[in-house]
Amino acid sequence: MKNSKEIILKINGRNEKITVPSHRTLLEALRETGHVEVKCGCEKGDCGACAVLVDNVAIDSCLTLAWTSEGKEITTISGLGTPDEPHPLQAAFRDLGAAQCGFCTPGMIIAAQGVINDNPAPTDDEIRMGLSGNLCRCTGYAKILDAVGHAASEMRKNGEPS
Amino acid sequence: MYGEFKLEMPQQLDEALALIAEDPAEVLSGGTNLMIELRARKLRPEQVVSLDALSELRGIEVDGNRITLGARTTISDILRCDDMAEFGPSLLDAANLFAGQMVRNMGTVGGNIACSSPAADLVPPLMSLDAEITLVSSKGTRKVALCDYYLSYKKDVRAPSEMITSVSWKKLAKNSSNSFYKLARRIGDAITVTGVAVTLTMDGDRCTTARIALGAVAPTVFRATNAEKILEGQILTDDLITTAAQQAKAQSSPISDVRASAEYRLHTVGKLTHRLLTQARDKLV
Ligand SMILES: Cc1cc2nc3c(=O)[nH]c(=O)nc-3n(C[C@H](O)[C@H](O)[C@H](O)COP(=O)(O)OP(=O)(O)OC[C@H]3O[C@@H](n4cnc5c(N)ncnc54)[C@H](O)[C@@H]3O)c2cc1C
Ligand code: FES
Ligand code: FES
Repeated sequence: MKNSKEIILKINGRNEKITVPSHRTLLEALRETGHVEVKCGCEKGDCGACAVLVDNVAIDSCLTLAWTSEGKEITTISGLGTPDEPHPLQAAFRDLGAAQCGFCTPGMIIAAQGVINDNPAPTDDEIRMGLSGNLCRCTGYAKILDAVGHAASEMRKNGEPS
Repeated sequence: MYGEFKLEMPQQLDEALALIAEDPAEVLSGGTNLMIELRARKLRPEQVVSLDALSELRGIEVDGNRITLGARTTISDILRCDDMAEFGPSLLDAANLFAGQMVRNMGTVGGNIACSSPAADLVPPLMSLDAEITLVSSKGTRKVALCDYYLSYKKDVRAPSEMITSVSWKKLAKNSSNSFYKLARRIGDAITVTGVAVTLTMDGDRCTTARIALGAVAPTVFRATNAEKILEGQILTDDLITTAAQQAKAQSSPISDVRASAEYRLHTVGKLTHRLLTQARDKLV
């Protein structure tokens, strides 16, 4: 394809080479490189399913071009924790019933981490504001808010730098 | 998903200006509007010029009496600025109710102004602060008052070879009150139905300056200058505020769409102007 080039994306701490055209979104590039933990929902910034951290700030990967993401630290949900060693947010979502079908969960947890990066002790309203760009069709949000509040307090207790 | 285009990622402003001077291009800032228009094929540019690397365009600066936001300053940057409640209370009000976290982290002030949408939420606040924007091309620089920037629906005075580099305004005078109200279908992540920004400056019980900027009730954001004139130089009685609110309504020309009817927008623009003016007066007198 014309306008294609090889770029290096640093995903969850590892450099990955991919050849993509200039109009490829970061979301598409991530899924093409096997990072299907990043979900594709609306592709227009409404649902937050595609959220990833770029240099520790949550963004919608569907509204970002892959080329402009070179040289930045990209973190997906898999970069936060694993089934064996879950991140406090992942553990809280699991234990407090904050995930049902799970489709929104990767984006939801990334957005929650974005909130905590800014403010380790968010109030309920601050959590709501921080998650207002993420849609969930299953849970009704109450358990998600509980889980984020719980995880934030766990992280403060453990003194995690976030 | 998107049509193909040549993507340029200049490292310097001069380079970016040269690129948009040579060939028609769409400037890409946060991408929260442009990417959606590209995807919907509403725009099919040959060339897209990303401002991503131009960190010089991002930041909030205070120089004496003047506050300047670089065009790439994000909505989240506004929220993180400790002094914004003093510098631009209405702008903080707008940023607080703007989109969701990810869009706030990406979306920029320059993009909000340049998209020329009547529902762009930062524009009524900035207009109520008498903001001025800086337009730069490879040929030179000019300043335009934000209230003179828009011509008609999605049309503005910016030439294709020009870029917005910053927006600035003077600190609020003593005895001023400045606020913004966003009416939408819900609080989080919703497009504005009616937006009202008001600034009042008082000398004793007399109003010296009034600014009323209205969003989403006409083809562009605009200042209700007839209403402002009614208030300036006067003692702000309830009757006078009612007359001014009626004038704001009379100057509006809303449309009906999926979010609200024209009738509802007219009703609410009158009510909200009345409410914000009354609150501002009661705070100051
Ligand atoms: C889910 C969602 C929710 C949203 N909610 C809101 C909301 O609550 N309130 C609101 O007002 N908006 C909202 N928006 C719209 C959008 O996020 C804002 O208008 C934002 O400020 C646009 O900035 P940007 O940097 O992303 O612009 P871009 O998409 O990068 O650019 C928009 C336009 O401006 C031009 N442009 C950008 N920067 C410059 C410059 N420096 N000089 C010249 N031209 C330039 C581009 O060429 C393009 O035509 C929302 C969008 C989404 C997707
Ligand atoms: S897929 Fe990106 S916000 Fe919905
Ligand atoms: S758990 Fe199903 S969408 Fe949120």
